[in-house]
Amino acid sequence: MTSPYPILAILGILVVVMTLAAGLIWLERRLLALWQDRYGPNRVGPFGLLQVLADMIKIFFKEDWIPPFADKVVFVIAPAIIVGTVLMSFAVLPIAPGIIVSDLNIGLLFILGMSSIGVYSVVLAGWASDNKYSLLGGLRAAAQMLSYEVFMGLALMGVVLLAGSFQLSEIVSAQRRVWFVVPQFAGFILFLIAGVAETRRLPFDLPEAESELIAGFHSEYSGMKFGLFFVGEYLGVILISSLITILFFGGWMGPVLPPIIWFVLKMMFFICFFILLRAALPRPRFDQLMSWGWKVMLPLALANLLITGAVALAWG
Amino acid sequence: MRARPWMFTDFCREGKMIAAFYTASAVAIIATILMLTRVNAVHALLHLIVSLLAVAVILFDFGAPFAAALEVIIYAGAIMVLFVFVVMLLNLGEAAARAERALLKPSAWIGPSILTLILLAEFLWLLGHGVAPAVQVVSQGPVEVGMALFGPYMLGVELASMLLLAGLVAAYHLGTAKSPRSEATHASHS
Repeated sequence: MTSPYPILAILGILVVVMTLAAGLIWLERRLLALWQDRYGPNRVGPFGLLQVLADMIKIFFKEDWIPPFADKVVFVIAPAIIVGTVLMSFAVLPIAPGIIVSDLNIGLLFILGMSSIGVYSVVLAGWASDNKYSLLGGLRAAAQMLSYEVFMGLALMGVVLLAGSFQLSEIVSAQRRVWFVVPQFAGFILFLIAGVAETRRLPFDLPEAESELIAGFHSEYSGMKFGLFFVGEYLGVILISSLITILFFGGWMGPVLPPIIWFVLKMMFFICFFILLRAALPRPRFDQLMSWGWKVMLPLALANLLITGAVALAWG
Repeated sequence: MRARPWMFTDFCREGKMIAAFYTASAVAIIATILMLTRVNAVHALLHLIVSLLAVAVILFDFGAPFAAALEVIIYAGAIMVLFVFVVMLLNLGEAAARAERALLKPSAWIGPSILTLILLAEFLWLLGHGVAPAVQVVSQGPVEVGMALFGPYMLGVELASMLLLAGLVAAYHLGTAKSPRSEATHASHS
């Protein structure tokens, strides 16, 4: 199952994912503009495609400033953690038969572990900046991501129960007859909401809410360090969309078209859905976010797990 | 364990495994020592997280991937985040670092050093008498761990879950904001 040329798979996935993450900036701006009845970036190159390149050149040449009052080492490490952990998660994703870096038998747990390590990036960035808005953003991020991680894992256990494995390629193979979104619809909705909260995208972007916290945890960041947070967020969107595709929508499986095309099509659909959420929904208050998580989502995830377990036991 | 004849590739694989083990162990020990000697609480916690991750690598190396994943998710990813959260909430500044520095006097190291030396001597004695077991890798995946937890260790799992439930109920009770009415009943009771 594991790719015969692991180095090729690593390089291929790395290049494609990084390019896609940069391209998403353009896609998001264009789609938001479309939904808000305006043009978006359309001057640089065909359809404004080269806007991304122009932005990248700009951000690489910006002054990379570390505030004198910041905790320097932690300040520098923080943005690297988020990009590192998200990219590590891509190592266990089965994109198509044979296109996977490492088919771990605990693949799903590995991804959950990496996402829980990724929390440190935002928390430490907020702390190391030594700025009250950043600290508030960091505190919010810690509370939000810790809470939503709990039922993010629980929502996926239904899928694990049905597939009988943590191995992602096994989970895809187990959906040969029916996609898991049908028997695990509640799990899918729960995971989708938790996924949005984990990537800190609107409507759950309270750690960086610009109207109240300026930019939250990354207020003090500039240049490429800010760029890493930005890229990390888009990498997270790609990761969650790929996970939804693999866990609930049969991964690479589909008729006629080659497997990789199916995978990309399904993944792009969910990426566009993430962008639509940003365009459509307002931001909740922080106490609403927390009580929604613990009082609604957690009991629902537990009930889903209980019912799935009972049904699997009765039929098994 | 090995059905086919021993080959050079086996030697390479074992060599890689042992190299990974010693690297991870060295990282764990160095990170733990650094954790003990830091005066800044957040820096100390960061070193502790690195040490936990190194332990996860050791577990993975010795054929316990499930335990390794739980080590990362629960210890490094959840409990340590809570620690960092609390330290951030207290926002200890330079004053706390000064207090720590005063606590970490050389004389404070005497007691722990003696205890650690006793352990080291015991360990060396065991090694010298050939009591140390050879490294045996038996893969313990999620299925094996689950079978063990809900088979022979059933009682322990149930007891732990009751303890956690009690803790959850108590935390919920302490965390509930008191309404004026409940405060009135408290007053009437006392």
